[in-house]
Amino acid sequence: MVRDTGPPDVIALNTETMDIAYTKHTLPNGLPVLIHEDHRCPIVAVNLWYHVGSKDEQPGRSGFAHLFEHLMFEGSAHYDHGYFQPLQQAGAVLNGSTNTDRTNYWEVVPTGALELALWMESDRMGHLLPALTEEKFRNQRDVVLNERRQNYENRPYGMAGMAIVGALFPPGHPYHWLTIGSPDDLRAASLDDVRAFFSRHYHPANASLALAGDVDPDAVLPLVEAYFGPLDAGPATDVVTHDERDVRAGRLVMEDGVELPRLYLTWVSAAMFAPGDADLDLVADILGDGKSSRTYKTMVYESRLATDVMAMQHSRELCSCFQIVATAAPGHDLAELEAAIEAEVVRLAESGPTESEMRRSLAQAEAQFIYRVQTVGGFGGKSDQLNQYNVMLGDPGYFGQDLQRYRDATSSSVTRAARGVLVGSPRVAVSVVPHGRLDLALPDSTKVVCS
Amino acid sequence: MSPVDRSRLPVPGADPVLRFPEVSRRRLSNGLGVCTVEHRGVPVLSFALLLSSGAATDPFDKPGLAALTADMLDEGSGSRSALDVEDALTSMGAQFETEVGADATVLSLLTLPRFADDALALLSDIVVGPNLTGADFDRVRELRVNRLRQMRKIAPAVADLALARLLYDGHPYGRLPLGTMRGLDATHVDDVRRFHREIWRPTLATIVAVGDATHDELAGAVERAFLHWEDRSAGSAAEVGLAPSVMTLAAPQRPTAPIAIVDRPGAAQSEVRIGQVAVPRLTPDYAALLVFNMILGGQFVSRLNLNLREDKGFTYGVRSGFEFRRAPGPFVIQTAVQTAATADAVREVMSEVRAITGPRPATPAELDMAKAALTRGYPRSFETAGQIARGLAQLTLYELPDDTLEQFVPLVRGVDLDAVAEAATRLDPARMTVAVVGDLESVETGLAGLGLGEPIRMSAEVQETECSPAWSAGGPGASRTC
Repeated sequence: MVRDTGPPDVIALNTETMDIAYTKHTLPNGLPVLIHEDHRCPIVAVNLWYHVGSKDEQPGRSGFAHLFEHLMFEGSAHYDHGYFQPLQQAGAVLNGSTNTDRTNYWEVVPTGALELALWMESDRMGHLLPALTEEKFRNQRDVVLNERRQNYENRPYGMAGMAIVGALFPPGHPYHWLTIGSPDDLRAASLDDVRAFFSRHYHPANASLALAGDVDPDAVLPLVEAYFGPLDAGPATDVVTHDERDVRAGRLVMEDGVELPRLYLTWVSAAMFAPGDADLDLVADILGDGKSSRTYKTMVYESRLATDVMAMQHSRELCSCFQIVATAAPGHDLAELEAAIEAEVVRLAESGPTESEMRRSLAQAEAQFIYRVQTVGGFGGKSDQLNQYNVMLGDPGYFGQDLQRYRDATSSSVTRAARGVLVGSPRVAVSVVPHGRLDLALPDSTKVVCS
Repeated sequence: MSPVDRSRLPVPGADPVLRFPEVSRRRLSNGLGVCTVEHRGVPVLSFALLLSSGAATDPFDKPGLAALTADMLDEGSGSRSALDVEDALTSMGAQFETEVGADATVLSLLTLPRFADDALALLSDIVVGPNLTGADFDRVRELRVNRLRQMRKIAPAVADLALARLLYDGHPYGRLPLGTMRGLDATHVDDVRRFHREIWRPTLATIVAVGDATHDELAGAVERAFLHWEDRSAGSAAEVGLAPSVMTLAAPQRPTAPIAIVDRPGAAQSEVRIGQVAVPRLTPDYAALLVFNMILGGQFVSRLNLNLREDKGFTYGVRSGFEFRRAPGPFVIQTAVQTAATADAVREVMSEVRAITGPRPATPAELDMAKAALTRGYPRSFETAGQIARGLAQLTLYELPDDTLEQFVPLVRGVDLDAVAEAATRLDPARMTVAVVGDLESVETGLAGLGLGEPIRMSAEVQETECSPAWSAGGPGASRTC
């Protein structure tokens, strides 16, 4: 067993450095175990990451990682019933989520139910397949098809994301499709695919377990060892790679059941935690996060061209997407929005941020760090953050260094980041317009249909 | 360590002892309530300013006025423009939110302790002395009109509105806080100014302050910022044309139709709402209703979700809940189902409702499960300063004593099968209505065949209520008039 230790003082938070105290142990089968004590509330967050997402899917099987996540709640060899009942009866909340890069599962349990959560997480990590049946598989596939209808097909602008990644990344690129997948691929999946996927990706050496909250590390570590220690390490997993140069530009238009046209501009940008990633967060903040941002001021507040505008650095493992999204006010078209956005992008890339913009953005970033560690778990919270740092960087205690990335940003590093990504790089522009209103789209856009 | 026993699940240990936050209340000389809680460990402060007045007070011809007024507060005060206010908030790393519900308006502000005085001074500026200029009003109203336009295409929002109108036609709860196109058109900046003067008064407000400071520090900071807030109402509430208090109106007894369809041609799913007018927050069987709802549709393992999702695969999820308000609020079952399963899904829901209120009442195992989920999960509600602030704002709104928090677990534990059976009688399938937003051509015949009645067709427009209310007849015992 390898043991390394975080900062020694067991306080919930050091607000100066933003470091949180934790211990890291790695079981002989390769499972990292991260433990953070916070005794303010009698609850414990159990958070388990598997380093597998839609980027790991096989061609023709898009949506599989997420469909698989659903099956993880349907029972395992030694408890072949739904996972919600015993955990909710114990007072837990639980859920899971899948994105391009990872799948996470979490429970927040009353202190006394920690062992129950460990029992169940370890049973589905080690013993899922004997409990899988064709019936469960078909049922959850139908549920996922309905999730897709609810969150994509039947939602205004819901299909834009598919058009964007489809155009930005070439076929075969791990980010060419969305995590929800295509209905044809979901229908084509079989129980054999489930077995192969589990065997390839769901094992201790490809996972990371974080416990945060009302725990005594000395008492809980033996429990974790007892439940997870006997599980086989599993095969080494392939590292998914991509070709950084292999991104494309495009101008697309799709018709949708929407009232107002919306423009999505997307660039490929620095990967999560790579140089430039934090600077691009600040670029997004200054350009389009909230009423004090530049695009809001000029497009919504002053000219009233747009009803809303937003900029965002979507940080991902292989590469990120920088996105600016704006909805046109009635009477305006998307070419006007594009011109207004471009003017702000160029102004920032040429003249950089003001001192007060830098000061405000840093204040926001620092406050966000503190707000994020208010909870031990759930979607977000300290346990999820420990796992993110551990899985992506191998350093669960990256809190302080993460914040330092923002503190180190300067006016010139932000300018450089804006210029490097937003000026002259391949860009995909997707116009979403009401049915029959192709005239509102950017000129020379190619019509695209997603389903 | 010996191998673990995988033949059975570990039995959870005893319920943890929860230390409830100590709540301190005081009232400033201007009538403003102040409620404080010390919450240590993370250096944040959470403020919730509760105004015990919400969209239900909107004048009948100006629905949307309360929310529009609340939205105008941070659009500038004194020498600060709207953008200056936003700059000041972001400089403090603050998160500011405005929420307007039927019965209350809550402004919440999350910030760091070192900004306590600055943040409260800013909050006070915008609440007490907002500029409410004509130019800002035009811009904000236009944004809200555009949001209403976009809502016509958002199926869940259309379904919520359709249900509210079926259940509460002509009643203040039958409208959205966002209002209507016509209501926003009819509203002028003077209405906002008058509404602000008459409604945003310290005697109607309470500030809940929770965070990493002592009671005295928290209360002192609130007092320094808000003591100068004077009641400037000119006694001209009548000029604002407020709707009468919901507490003086009888709850509507019957929906305007048993089933209604809003056409959404080509929709991949039907958005479904099934509900009835139910009970107010201060109903004596509150705890039994919570337990009953958990069993029917209030959790993942509820009867409805296990049936529609885990057995049939019709939906990504279904849930139910009582919306507890000052006056009787709705009980709502909500889901989105694949188009082809629309009628089957409604049939299954109605059959679960009839079963639990009749031949297949809650079982002892279901009762235990529901009570355990509610009580053992309760400590989670006290993890963050923001959660505590919101919880106390709720108690304040309903004038519930602070020990309501401590009493929750014993109250739920005391619910037995008889109480759940009694709670089930609150649901009456005959008083329920069904609103479906979906592809009319595909779903109409199936829905008509359910025996609930002939479906009426509703428009996706966020419509005006066409009838005019005989509010003058309002008063205890008055009936719905249109």
